[in-house]
This record gives sequence, C-alpha cells and structure tokens, in this order.
Amino acid sequence: MAIFASLSERLNHIFSKMTKRGRLTELEIKTAMREVRVALLEADVNIRVAKKFIADVSEKALGQQILSSLNPSQQVIKIVNEELIALMGSQNAKLEVSPKLPTVIMMCGLQGAGKTTLCGKLAHLLKKQGKRVLLVACDIYRPAAIEQLKVVAAKAGTQVFEKGTQNPVKTAPQAVEFAKREGYDTVIIDTAGRLQIDENLMQELENVKAVVPVTETLLTVDSTTGQVAVDVADTFNKRLEITGVILTKLDGDTRGGACLSIKAVTGKPIKFIGVGEKLTDLEPFYPDRMASRILGMGDVLSLIEKAQDAITEEEAKKMEEKLKKSSFTLEDYLSQFEMMKRMGGAGAILSMMPGVGGKIKEEDIDEKALERTKAIILSMTKKERVNPAIINSSRKKRIAAGSGTSVQEVNQLLNKFEQMKTLMKQLKGKKRLPF
Amino acid sequence: MGFFSKIFNALKKTKDSIGAKLKALFSSGKIGDDFYDELEEILISADVSVTTAEEIIEDLKEDAKESRLKEEEYVVALLKDIIADLLEALEVPQIEYPAVIMLVGVNGVGKTTSIGKLANYYVKQGKSVLLAAGDTFRAAAGEQLSVWADRAKVRIVRHEEGSDPSAVVFDAVSSAKARKTDVVIVDTAGRLHVKANLMEELKKMNRVVSRSYPEAHFYKLLVLDATTGQNAVSQARAFHEAIDLDGIVLTKLDGTAKGGFVVSLCGELEIPVLFAGVGEKIDDLEPFDAESFAQGLL
Repeated sequence: MAIFASLSERLNHIFSKMTKRGRLTELEIKTAMREVRVALLEADVNIRVAKKFIADVSEKALGQQILSSLNPSQQVIKIVNEELIALMGSQNAKLEVSPKLPTVIMMCGLQGAGKTTLCGKLAHLLKKQGKRVLLVACDIYRPAAIEQLKVVAAKAGTQVFEKGTQNPVKTAPQAVEFAKREGYDTVIIDTAGRLQIDENLMQELENVKAVVPVTETLLTVDSTTGQVAVDVADTFNKRLEITGVILTKLDGDTRGGACLSIKAVTGKPIKFIGVGEKLTDLEPFYPDRMASRILGMGDVLSLIEKAQDAITEEEAKKMEEKLKKSSFTLEDYLSQFEMMKRMGGAGAILSMMPGVGGKIKEEDIDEKALERTKAIILSMTKKERVNPAIINSSRKKRIAAGSGTSVQEVNQLLNKFEQMKTLMKQLKGKKRLPF
Repeated sequence: MGFFSKIFNALKKTKDSIGAKLKALFSSGKIGDDFYDELEEILISADVSVTTAEEIIEDLKEDAKESRLKEEEYVVALLKDIIADLLEALEVPQIEYPAVIMLVGVNGVGKTTSIGKLANYYVKQGKSVLLAAGDTFRAAAGEQLSVWADRAKVRIVRHEEGSDPSAVVFDAVSSAKARKTDVVIVDTAGRLHVKANLMEELKKMNRVVSRSYPEAHFYKLLVLDATTGQNAVSQARAFHEAIDLDGIVLTKLDGTAKGGFVVSLCGELEIPVLFAGVGEKIDDLEPFDAESFAQGLL
C-alpha cells in the first residue's frame, strides 16, 4: 500500500513530517524533494519533466524565504503547488471557434485512448451550448468504428457523416461541404487510433489537415499512459500542430502524471478531462484545481460547479426553506438522494472534498446501501413519509417486505433520519447551505 | 520462428533508442554509481516502477561485484539476464481442452482485437473456436467482435446491446458444450477497476462459467496496454482480487512503449505474461517470450 499511495498522500505524508518540526534545514528539504521525485515518478510523470520540476522547486525552497519563513511547510506546499500549476499551464483553455463557419475539430490519438466516446461527449457539450454539430466518421480501419460513432451520435442527438471505408482525405472535405450546405456550425472529425511512429497513418492525418480548414486539433490521451506519453504528445504535436489535449479515464485511480508531462513537453493546453462513460462525463480542465487535487487539497471549486449544474435554483431554495422551518421530511430526504445522483453519486462528491481526495475509493462507498435506503422510503405511503411517527411495527413489516429489506434496516433508517433532523435543527440559522 | 523475429522487430525500435543511450554510457570507462544511476533511469523510462528498478539495480550491483565484472557491457548483459529470470520464474499454464478463455481489462486496452487474434491462433492449431460477445455495453462492441469472428472464420454468440453479459456467457457455454467446441473465448466490456458494480458484474460472469461448465478448463486473462504506466499494476491487482487471474496479454507492444511494469507485476502478483500483441493484423499475437522482451527492453 505504501508503495502505491497516491501522490497527494505521499506529499501529505512528507509535509506532515515537516509541520511537526517547525523550521526546515537544507537537508530536510533535500530529503523531502527526494520523496517528491519518487512520488512523481510513481505517478507516471516523465522522468525528464520530474527532474526539471525537482530542480526548480529545490531552488526555490532552498532560498532564504523558506528558511526564514514562520511556517515552512506551508511555504513548501505553496511552492510545489505553484510549480505544479505552472507545469500544467496556468489557465483553463476554451475551444476556439472559427470566424468562418463551420468550426472544424479533428480528434487524434493512439488506439484505445477514447476518441470515439469523446466525440459523443464533445458533441453533447457543444449542443448544450446551442451549436449544430456534425460528426464525421474517418476511422476506416477498426472494425465497427463507424457503427460505434453512429450509436454515440444517436445518444448525443447529432448526425453522422460517413462514406464507409472511403479515404478520409476525400471524406473530410465532403463532410465540411455538407456541413456548410446543411447549416452545421461545428464539425467533429473522428479519426482512427494510430501509433505516433506509424508513418503512413501519421501522413494520412497531415493530408486530412491539408484539405480541410481545421480550427482545433485535439490529441486524446489516456490518463493512465506511462513514460511514453511525452513521446506520443511530442510527435503528434510536431506533425500536426495540435491545439490542445483531452485526458480521458480520469475516473480511475490513475495518478495522471501524464497530464503534468504533456503540457511541459508540448506547451499545449489540456482543454478537457473525461471522467466517466456517460455523455455528460466531460469536464473542463483547470490546472489549479488539478494541482490542489494532486496535493490533496480537494477540488472544492469543481464540486460547487457540479452542484450548480445538477441542482436548480428552485430546488435549492425549497430545501433551504424546509430546513429553516424544520419541516424536513423523508420525502425531502429522498429528493436529496436524487440530487446527489445527478452530481455523479456519493463517490464523485467525496473524491472532490478537501482531505478526502485519494483516501476514499469508490468501493468504500456503498452505493447499494443508498439504493436500499431509497427503496425503503419509496415503500412508505405519502403519509408515512411526511410523518414517520405513525410508523408502527406492522407498518414497518409492510415497508420491509415492500422494499426487500428487513425491519432492522427500516429502524436504522428511521433512527438516522431522526438524528439528521436534530442535527439540522442545530445548524439552522447559523449559515447558508453551500448550495 | 516467425514469433521471435516479429517480437524482436517490434522491440527493436525500443532497443534502438535505449541502445543509443547505453552506448553513450560505455565511453565512460570505470563502473561507478553514475553508471548504475543511468541504468536505473533507463529502467524507469521503460515504465519499470521506481521501487522495482531500485531493487533490480541493487541486485545487479551485488552480482557484478561478486563476479568481479569490469566491463560495462557485461553488466548490461547481466541486467538483461536478471530481468529475464524474473519474468521466467513464473510457470506458464499450458492450455487444456475444452477451454473457456475470458479476457478482461479496462477500457481501450485492446480486448476485442486480442480476441480476434486469439481465435485465429487456436483455429490455426486446428481447434474449434466460439466467441461470446460479452461486451454488451459499449456501442458497437458486438459488431466489432462479429467482424473478427468473420475474419477468423469462427462462430459467435451475440445478444442485443444492453442485455445481461452473463446470459451471453451462459448461452455460449451451453452451445459449446452441445457442439463439443474446443475453445470458447469470452469478450467483456472494458471497465475501470475502481468501479465496484462493474467488478461485481465480472464476478458474476466468472461464476456463470464455473457453474455451468465445470468440466471445462477456465482461463482468465487480463489485457494490459503496454503504453500504460504504473496504473497497470493497480489494474492487475484489482482484477486479480476479483476473479483470480491466470495470465496477462500485453498489447500494443509495437510502438515505443516498453511495458516495463510487467516486471513489477510478475514479482508482486506472480501472474505470468502469456501473449504479446505486436501489431494490428490478425497474426500479430504471439506467445510472450521473456528473453526477447528483456533483450528489447535494454
């Protein structure tokens, strides 16, 4: 476990040791930096990038300002954090829009990075922003790739332009013409996965780029990629002049060191991150948030944004009203579950909380237990939900049978609910809820 | 024979880049700590974990001292042997028939492609093969597997998208029993190893095979992408815990990625690497050879 502890756990561990001492010696900084190096390498940060990072941070940490600082460990965290942010790029980059429509976005990357799934997610996102999106199937090699794109497009509610296994160099301009004619303002070209050293296929992408006016060339990179991420990004960048990177599969337990490396080597921004298999599981990339996440400071900003997306103003107001009047019922309890689900489930929320990041894995959270709780409440009558006091033993038996649970579980839920109500009464009037 | 030359060629690209780095080292003369540090960095650049790389280099230092090696070239040869020995220490299970082979792994590692290649591999050995389209989740996964079934000229059992994968497995196994098929190869949906519910689904498929076809030899193979970094070990650990793996299929070894994490993997989890995917064509799957892997690594 210790070997594979996440980067944030490791750094926390190092810095908690520092906090206990108060002041730092040069030797201690050196020791800490050695551990930071190991942590970075274990997080798959490219060895060259890690070296430079260590050198930069050491230089800053070894300077006077830290040794004379009152709280050295905070100072070190600040420097490490700043350097991480500097490495990953300093701000969130948005998708460019071409002044001459349609805007053409070309996806590229290795096999299995998640390009086709991403096409659907991007289409969905742009559609939500009011764009008319056309997906173009240019992966003519992988079996059923076009089929997959069609299914993904149908889910996103967009159209696919395809010419079977016709050469992409022909298909792409036809698609752009079609888009112009039919009034699409955005064209997303899905391409086949290819190795950066595959001369023919890399040439194919160059040729496509030569015949259509591409605004965004987005490199899709699997966030679990190892040391080779740098070579991949570097080659794609040199040959195609990528405009940005999308990191996928960040919902796993990868420490995502690739993300640190790519920006450092290509100088191109990471524009989005893929965080799940659903169409909505695409998030903007914020280097500062990612840095705090890596450092275990949680991703509170993302959480708040997610809450805003998932919960309507009205719902929030209603909930606050209820809490004020302490008329919070089991019915409201139930709708809270629904809101939580829309925010990506308890696991997603917890992973973004400060101090929790990396410590709680998805399997630790029993989503099934939440489902059972839901089932119990759903098996109650309206009257019971509003006034749980009337639930006597025969009602409990009925509820247990109806929800496929036991009377004990029903009791547990009722107790928990009472506790929660008491807690809320105490909180009442103190402050506003976060959302 | 074809296998060795193919895997060697695939790894040659790797070898060339590392070979150049090593040559630069040779000019330095005396064997010092710098030399060992450089070797360690070469291993880390090949995605061998820091801990494993450190351990290997420590062993190497001792062995080199004992054998009084003075030439750096010999030290490198010794390092190659150490790595090959580590990988060869594990016994490779020999397949017995009738067999059910289930391929599992995270998204995008190349499960479906590997199944196509595996089907071809067993057909060429004169075995009858049936594919089970157990990825009912990803869009068009079934179609993709059907294309491979056509290419390898084998039968396929497929249900609708979104149906229960365990039901597909059950049907496939029943059909294989009735027709006395030698090998059933089961495709599964890509799943991140941290998703508890998806791992449960996999356990269920595992149980269905064991229960409904106890007389078959059941092999569970994890597909790992050579471009992956240290997360591969985390993946292997989680899948091993869930369904007790028999081996690993290492894919995409045709690029510049070295897949050095398998060294840590063999040491920690004792799961042997059985096959290596070295290209996109149907014959581009070969039994794994530790010797040439280690050779290519350095």
